[in-house]
Amino acid sequence: MTQEKFTQRPSRLVEKKLQEKLPRREFLKGMIAATGVAAAVSLGTKDAGASALSDFFKSAFFQKHYKEMTPDEKKVVLARLEKETRERYGVEVKIGDPPPLDGVEFAYFLNLQKCIGCRRCVYACVAENNQSRDPQIQYIKVLEMPEGSLDVDEGEIFYDHEKVPQPGKFYMPVQCHQCSDPPCTKVCPVEATWKEPDGIVVIDYDWCIGCRYCEAACPYEARRFNFTEPQIPKDEINPNQSYLSNRIRPRGVMEKCTFCLHRTREGRYPACLEACPTGSRKFGNLLDPKSEVRAILETKRVFVLKEDLKTHPHFYYFFG
Amino acid sequence: MAIYFQFWKDMIRQVLIGPRIYYIWLGFLGVLMLIGSAGYYYQLRNGLIVTNMSDQISWGAYIANFTYIVGLAAAAVMLVIPAYVYKIKAMKEITLIGELFAISAIVMCLMFVTVDMGRPDRFWHLIPKLGRMNWPISMLSWDVIVLNGYLLINLHIPGYLLYKKYRGQPPTDAYYMPFVIISVFWAVSIHTVTAFLYAGLGGKPFWNSAVVAPRFLASAFAVGPSFILLTLQIIEKYSSFKVEHEVYRVLKRIIAVSLLINLFLLASEVFKEFYTDSAHSASAKYLFTGIDGYVLLVPFIWTAIVLNVVATVIYASPQWSRGMRNVNIASVCAIVGIWIEKGMGLIVPGFVPSPLGTIVEYSPSLVELAVCLGIWATGFFVFTLLLKAALPIEIGTVRHREENWEFPRSSSWP
Ligand code: SF4
Ligand code: SF4
Repeated sequence: MTQEKFTQRPSRLVEKKLQEKLPRREFLKGMIAATGVAAAVSLGTKDAGASALSDFFKSAFFQKHYKEMTPDEKKVVLARLEKETRERYGVEVKIGDPPPLDGVEFAYFLNLQKCIGCRRCVYACVAENNQSRDPQIQYIKVLEMPEGSLDVDEGEIFYDHEKVPQPGKFYMPVQCHQCSDPPCTKVCPVEATWKEPDGIVVIDYDWCIGCRYCEAACPYEARRFNFTEPQIPKDEINPNQSYLSNRIRPRGVMEKCTFCLHRTREGRYPACLEACPTGSRKFGNLLDPKSEVRAILETKRVFVLKEDLKTHPHFYYFFG
Repeated sequence: MAIYFQFWKDMIRQVLIGPRIYYIWLGFLGVLMLIGSAGYYYQLRNGLIVTNMSDQISWGAYIANFTYIVGLAAAAVMLVIPAYVYKIKAMKEITLIGELFAISAIVMCLMFVTVDMGRPDRFWHLIPKLGRMNWPISMLSWDVIVLNGYLLINLHIPGYLLYKKYRGQPPTDAYYMPFVIISVFWAVSIHTVTAFLYAGLGGKPFWNSAVVAPRFLASAFAVGPSFILLTLQIIEKYSSFKVEHEVYRVLKRIIAVSLLINLFLLASEVFKEFYTDSAHSASAKYLFTGIDGYVLLVPFIWTAIVLNVVATVIYASPQWSRGMRNVNIASVCAIVGIWIEKGMGLIVPGFVPSPLGTIVEYSPSLVELAVCLGIWATGFFVFTLLLKAALPIEIGTVRHREENWEFPRSSSWP
């Protein structure tokens, strides 16, 4: 039996039970026995009970894993999520689900010689991806590094100067490296996080159980956990959202950079790249021989962080 | 079937009646459990924000206690091996206690992982078939399987033996001996899998060491039997259950050897970290000496080491380990020392400094402490009830009697 059927089974069984003609008492007992939660359901008529129950089984609690949902089921879920956002934040949002494009493998390149450490990318990212403002969740960390070292331990994340760049320093932004061999997806006990064909590592926020094992496994400190309900001012919510990227996350789940897949899968650049005033950030399709990123890869001195861990990132640094 | 229900009825009866000290003890644990529940309720309402965990230190007191207690559960085999492999008869009598101890420990383990989850309502995602388990790739999915399997094995063996004893029949080897053998390997596996959970992370050099699993086992085999050694004396005091001297002798020897191995492995780790002194030793440095004035863990680890050394010295010396008093002191030292070493000394420093070199310190919040306390109390509560139900059957004061379906009214606390 496939997994899909297993998750559908409870609701099917209950609905079947309810259609059988049963005296009211029996019916009540059966319901309680079948679900253990039926007490909360209104028991006006059999039909009302049945539809309330099937609603319950279609609700968030029994939602399937992203990969197991049919397109129709996805539509229902997206509509529910939009409704929830409307109810909770009072904002109309559009939640899409753009698929990975064929023949595309995204890569990010960062020019260390140009980055000035202004952190505009950090805040553009927060705004674009609907991250919680309080406590503030940031996907990008910018390390202030002493010249002559590439050891991240030497870097300082909490620098706070009047002016950047500081003399004798260079700046190294770090975000999710979208590893080709990601340690984070390997450890997830429920496959709530995985690598998509275009190289992006995503999380099904509605499947994650919040064990934080992936956060312990990531060598780039790229994952953020929602320790509490995300707080975002109503007028700062970005209404252009997608299921696997920037929709507002529930409490108790993991989130991270997705290279703005709701933008990049539609041919646009990630928000951090657009915000960068120096043009340090380069983004494109690694499989396209004519792309800018391929040119950088072939002509510049390119390196990755923590190469010894063999995570094979899609995030590269270069000088030039 | 009727007899089986009678068996359960008698056990429940045993659990409900007892001398006053029994109620006081349960009441005391009950209060702690209430405190823990209140803490957990608060955490459920507000999210894990009420803990002191952070994105840098994503596991804290809950997982530290979990790790420690997995070891306690595994330690039950240290009674099974001498009893069934070396056929020491006296040990056979107390394996029951070891298995009940393992059951209580696993219950605590499962509770600790549950309270650590950000979305406990999605626990069913972990159930094979219903959810989507990442097996065999994720070590955590292994852990879920081995822990629950171990729980089942440890429910079956004592359950079966007690039922047979209750009916006054000799047990059939084939119904439990295979499980006894399996349980030995299984116990080792639960702690090894837990160790691999940490050792498998390339990005965490402090954990990424081959010696983690052996160290876990060595410390577990010191702590578990220490707990049993103390428990046995309490049982002897409050019941007519007699423990032969031989049992204490074997236990002492197990603890002594385990403590020595544990200390040796610790020394090997310390040597490797400090002699090499590479960038990968930052966590160890933070733990033992502190970094840049961040020294939160330093007093803890040194306390742990002192306690461990004291315990080892007492246990390893023939004169000092003769009397029960010294041995009890040493056992308490080992229990506390290794608890610190596994918690503050292993889980937390693994996260410090963070992969990008930030130092964030962690010590549990009041809510975390309350929840931990509550879970420990639950473990003792379960253990007490299990012992209370099982011991009278084991001793023989509670038996099935054909002619008398109703049980004698008087309290049968042994
Ligand atoms: S950087 Fe971290 S979160 Fe991103 S893919 Fe690699 S391991 Fe996963
Ligand atoms: S926190 Fe979520 S995504 Fe990460 S390992 Fe746990 S279940 Fe998987």
